[in-house]
Parts: sequence; C-alpha cells; structure tokens
Amino acid sequence: MLKDITLGQYFPGKSFIHKMDSRMKIIITMLYIIMLFTANNIVSLFGATALLFLFYIVAKIPVKMITKSLKPVMPIIVFTALLNMLFMGGEPIFEIDFIKITELGILMAVLMCVRIVALIAGTSLLTYTTSPIALTDAIEALLKPLNKINVPVHELAMMMTIALRFIPTLIEETEKIMNAQKARGADMETGGLMQRARALVPILIPLFVSAFRRADELALAMECRCYRGGEGRTRMKQLKMSSRDGVALVFMIVLFAAVLAGNVQAVRMGMPTL
Amino acid sequence: MAVIKIENLTHVYSQGTPFEKVAVSNVNLEIEQGEFVGVIGHTGSGKSTLIQHINGLVAPTSGKIYIDGQDLWQDKVQRHAIRFKVGLVFQYPEYQLFEQTIYDDIAFGPKNMGLDEQEIDKRVRRAAEFVGLTADMMEKSPFELSGGQKRRVAIAGVLAMEPKVLILDEPTAGLDPKGRDMILGQIKEYHETVKSTILLVSHSMEDVARFATKALVMNHSKMFMYDTVENVFAHASEIEKMGLSVPQISKVVMGLRAKGYDIPANIHTVEGAKQAILKLAQQGGMTNA
Repeated sequence: MLKDITLGQYFPGKSFIHKMDSRMKIIITMLYIIMLFTANNIVSLFGATALLFLFYIVAKIPVKMITKSLKPVMPIIVFTALLNMLFMGGEPIFEIDFIKITELGILMAVLMCVRIVALIAGTSLLTYTTSPIALTDAIEALLKPLNKINVPVHELAMMMTIALRFIPTLIEETEKIMNAQKARGADMETGGLMQRARALVPILIPLFVSAFRRADELALAMECRCYRGGEGRTRMKQLKMSSRDGVALVFMIVLFAAVLAGNVQAVRMGMPTL
Repeated sequence: MAVIKIENLTHVYSQGTPFEKVAVSNVNLEIEQGEFVGVIGHTGSGKSTLIQHINGLVAPTSGKIYIDGQDLWQDKVQRHAIRFKVGLVFQYPEYQLFEQTIYDDIAFGPKNMGLDEQEIDKRVRRAAEFVGLTADMMEKSPFELSGGQKRRVAIAGVLAMEPKVLILDEPTAGLDPKGRDMILGQIKEYHETVKSTILLVSHSMEDVARFATKALVMNHSKMFMYDTVENVFAHASEIEKMGLSVPQISKVVMGLRAKGYDIPANIHTVEGAKQAILKLAQQGGMTNA
C-alpha cells in the first residue's frame, strides 16, 4: 500500500550512527558519494561497499532494508548494466548477431551496478538513522553561509520541515479517503487509463480541500505562537558535535585516502578502471 | 444465520518493522441480522481496525470473515459485491465529499452499484429524507454547508446504497448535543424502518445505552465481551477499570446497590432505573438501609 513507500523512512535507534550529529552525517554521506565516484576499480569499489554493510550493522538497520530502498531504482540499475555490457569494446566472449558481450563489458556492468547500489544504500542509511526534522535542521545549519547572498535559508528549511512533516499525514489522509470512497464502491483497480484517471477525482478533490484547510490552520497556529521567520530565532534542541563525530570524520577521511591510494595502485597494476 | 461472522481474526500493522503493532487479536464474533450493536473501547483498542475488516478494506493477518455466509477474502469480484452489503461511514465523513452538488455526492455510491437512473433517484431522495436534508438543498455544493450538514450528506451517501449492515464510526464526533441527538435519532429511525444491522462505534456510553440492543467491548485489541447492553453494563466496575465510563445512571444504580438497596445490576436507562426504584419503594425497600 501507500505506506510502503520508503521516503526517508526513519528507523529509531540508539546506535553510534544514530547518535551522530546530523550535520556530520550529511557531510560524511557526501564524502561517501564523492568517494564512490572516485573509486574506479574493482578493489576500491567492493571495499567501499563492504564498509557500507559494516555501517548498516553498526546502525542496527536490517540489511534487507537495502533491498527495499533499491526496489524503485531497479529499472535504472538494469538499464545501466545492459548498456555497459553491450556497448563496451574489447574481445567478445559471446556473440549473437549484433550482440557482443565482452569480458570488459561484464566487469564494467558489475562495477556500475555496485556503484549505484552503494550510492542508494549509503544515502538511505542517512535517512534511516536521522529523523527528518534533524535532517532539515542540519541542512539549515550547513546552508547558513548562503544567507549572506540573500538565500532565504531558514524559510527553505522551514518549508522542507513542514513538507516532510506532512507527508505521512497526507498519506494517511489519502488512505482514509481512498477507503471511504472504496466503501462507497469506487473502483480504483480496474479499467482503462481514462477510467482510472477519472477514479482519482473522488480522491484528489477531498485531498486538496483538506490540504488547503490544514495549511490554513497551520499558518494560523504558527502566527498565534508569534512565528515571524528565522531572524533571532533560537532552538530548543541545539546541534552539537561530539568526539564521536570527530572519530567518524577521521574514519571517513582515512577510508577516502585508502580508496585514492587503491586507485593509483590499480592504474599502476593495469587493472581495468571505470 | 449470523449476518457477520468473524473467526479468529488477528490483524498486525507494519509487521516486521520496529513499528509493529497488534491492532486486533484473535476475535471471534457473530452478529445476527437486525441487531443494533454499540461498539465501545478505548482509543487504540482496535475498534476501527475491526470494523474496517467487516467491509473488506483491511485484509486480516489471519482469520476469516463471513458476510451473509460468504467468505469475504475468497475472491476479488465477490468482495466488490459484498462491499455493497456493508456500508461504512468513517469518522469525520464530511472530508470525503467531492461532487459538485449534494445530489451527485449522495448518488456516487448507488451509481457505483450500477443501478438505473430511476432507482438511483429514488434512493438518493429517500436517503436525503432520512438524514433530514430538504429537496431544495440537493443542487447546492456540499462545500457550502455547515459541518453538521456536511456530515449528514456524507451519511446519506452511504445510506443511499441501502446496505444490509451499516457501520458508523463515531458519527457524532465533534457535533453539538443537538446535532448529535438528531443524527442518532435518524440512525435509530433508519434501523427501525429498514431493519438493517447497525454497528455504532461510540465513546458515549449514554448513546450506546440509549440506542443499542447489544454492546461489543474492545480492550487492548481483544474482544472483552459481546452481549446485550444490560449484561454489559452489569459489568460496570470491570468496564470502568478499563478506563471507559458507564452511563451515569449505571453509576447511580451501582451506588445504590453498594448501599444495600436491592435493585438489579443490569439497569442502564433512566427509565429502567425509575421503574426499579419505584417498585422497590412500593415494596417498602427504600426505608431499610
């Protein structure tokens, strides 16, 4: 059902990674992404992926969550793999008509897939271990310098917070409305494209009406509590870096260095690279 | 034959995640045709999940549901047909209105049933009359109405399908006392006229005592009891232990009994209490304690 959409699904916990400062988690995730794209050979990439499993174990997130987060990007992975496999040069090991599969092609396909899987799984780990609110707080803090060039950072972060906050509410509401209309015999599962599109009307109209009503009420509630934008606003929960975050950063930098060294070594040994 | 039969029904939300929650646990229940059942229980006791099962909106994790002797989850086509037999009015049903006119909104259900124009028109007008909507309101937009009126339109939308079983999930939440009495009175009248089975989820024991013939008590996702209203409220102290209230008059009766007056425990209406006390007084029983 709708609830199964993994949209920054937060898995509450008390692990090392859960307790890290959300700003540091974002920084490390970004470093990890860059690292994945610098790692260009089989050893570095598999090393980076193996470490990801380690992170998942440390964070106590069930590893099967990876497969869940991969589901929506599966077509992209398959497509990339096919492209790499079919259009890479080299000595064919298998040939029918125009389809030439080379050893290099297979290797590249595997590497590309590993890279995408690690990318998705890595970023998912961030959202599994960080509550959406902590995440937007961190984004606000990290983007603060942009305030100087008149980017309304606080407002953007507030919008994100509200949007994130209301995703589950709206999903729940959608489900309620869907159930109510289904109880009145609305049929949403059969029929052609036009029929299905028309079947959405009884859901979308009440949903919009209620979304506007909620927005109105929320705006009023915020004004009643004297909300006037970010200026001079303090926080109840201050973001604080601890030694834990330092350790994590150092670990990540060491890892990055190892990957770079691995890259150099791979070129020297003449390993195939991406 | 029971119109609703539930066997070993269990439902678990978000199975296999940290948010796992057992909403309904091993419920067995048979409800006879024509019964007016008050469903009571704490917030989160599994009432709403239970009633959504009866309409086939939620699939049981385990267990079976029979409506009119037919297994609800046997096949999809049948489920769609059975759904018309069980009308479900959700909490705050006014938020599901969407059509341009009140008439069209009430006609949405009957139209989905595939009835012909004439029958639809007949049913819409009858349902509108039941909930006290006048003919001149039918061409208005449902969004122009007041909250209470919207709710009545939404209820009419389900009544128009003329279901054998009508389930209402707190139809009076958020209404003023007058609006509440009006809607409940109309439901009662519908029950008496159509002789359908009604399940009324309510937090008000007064309402259950006044309108229902039977009461179903849910507690911690289990069915605590299903019996006549008299017998249920005779267990007033247990019900109060669950954090639910009992009708005020039941408390009065309990108090009198505790003081040694010999009146039956299963009285739950003011009228019944009056009779019992008068009878006792005539026998001279009111002077001794």
